[in-house]
Amino acid sequence: MADTNPIKQFEIHPIAELSVGGLNLSFTNSSYFMVAAVALTVGLLALATSRATLVPGRAQSVAELLYEFVAGMIRSTAGNDGLRFFPFVFTLFIFILMGNMLGMLPYFPVPGLHGFTFTSHIIVTFALALAVMTVLVGFGIFKNGLKFFKIFVPSGVPIAILPFVIVIEIISFISRPVTLGVRLFANMLAGHILLKVFAGFIIMLGSVGALGAVGAIAPLIMVVALTALEFLVAFLQAYVFAVLTCIYLSDALHPGHH
Amino acid sequence: MRLQESQTDIAEGAGYAAEAAFPPFDPTYFASQLFWLAISFAILYFLLSRWLLPRIGSAIEERKDRIADDLDAAAGLKLQADEAVKAYEKSLADARAKAQAVGAEARAEAERQSADEIARMEAELEGRQAEAEARITSARNAALAEVRNVAADVAGAVTEHLAGLTVKRDEAESAVDAVRSQEAAR
Repeated sequence: MADTNPIKQFEIHPIAELSVGGLNLSFTNSSYFMVAAVALTVGLLALATSRATLVPGRAQSVAELLYEFVAGMIRSTAGNDGLRFFPFVFTLFIFILMGNMLGMLPYFPVPGLHGFTFTSHIIVTFALALAVMTVLVGFGIFKNGLKFFKIFVPSGVPIAILPFVIVIEIISFISRPVTLGVRLFANMLAGHILLKVFAGFIIMLGSVGALGAVGAIAPLIMVVALTALEFLVAFLQAYVFAVLTCIYLSDALHPGHH
Repeated sequence: MRLQESQTDIAEGAGYAAEAAFPPFDPTYFASQLFWLAISFAILYFLLSRWLLPRIGSAIEERKDRIADDLDAAAGLKLQADEAVKAYEKSLADARAKAQAVGAEARAEAERQSADEIARMEAELEGRQAEAEARITSARNAALAEVRNVAADVAGAVTEHLAGLTVKRDEAESAVDAVRSQEAAR
């Protein structure tokens, strides 16, 4: 009898125990998918660009398409000087995209491991969001010095309401990493729970007999449709994360411009 | 029977979810998650920024350069073609101008020749006319002289016949002259 618990897919199991100074740093199924995402990204891109030709082949076209896609995204949101963050944004985008897409595999071809989406864990998405904010603040202060804090002081606001605006700006700034992390986490979590719930319906109905098996067609159709939707969400959330990163980073480049 | 089994499964699952923390919020593996996330993200960032992205970028850049070079070459060739067309048109215009000059010269020569011919013919015709007029004048003078003689003869003969007077030839002639000059005066 298959397990129909929709939460089980988010469980973390250690593969290799590792403890350093009392910290549990075990290599888990989550770590496994992170490493797999990195290995797949690097392997595929290396393969795609191994024989770079003037007229690109299919794989090289895809690699260049990705490159131009991210570069275009940065240019349109942060301007041309935003391209200094290109490797960072590209890494974020491809890492999240790979994590989301690998999460769409129902079972990963490794014994004892269920499919896993590391972007459905808030600690991961929040850490990525914090990395973005760290780069933002670090680079912003490094480049603009104290002028960086102009991002809290919008230009053209009357003096009378300026204190309120500054408070609001600071709150919105602090909420950025939270919303950035929670958005990705919640989307992946909710989508995968929904998928498993409907898949569970199929098994439950299928086990009641012939009538139930016929009735199970409805959740089956739902699961197929949701899977398509989840692929879209997997891409879209990676894209949204990268775009918002670009928009936030453009603040570090041009403080006080918004 | 099977329904009961699946229900126990669900119950077990629910029990598990209740006793353990919701996995995404379970802090047991937070350190491990962050540790491996940092490692994989750092390796990915390093490999992409130092190796793969420059490789893709250089391929794109190379293609752009090549296209720009080709466009430049095409523009150069077009310039050359334009110059060739200009030179061709210029030589064509030159040839046309030269042809026109030759034609104009020939026409001027022909006009000059015909004008000469006309002048020569006119001079000849005028000469002939003058000659003819001279002949006519002399013939008239001769005829007029003849008229005077005849008149003198007739006057002499008439006077002799009517008055029986013999008029000398000189007198008759002077009388005729007097009458004619009177006629001419009137």
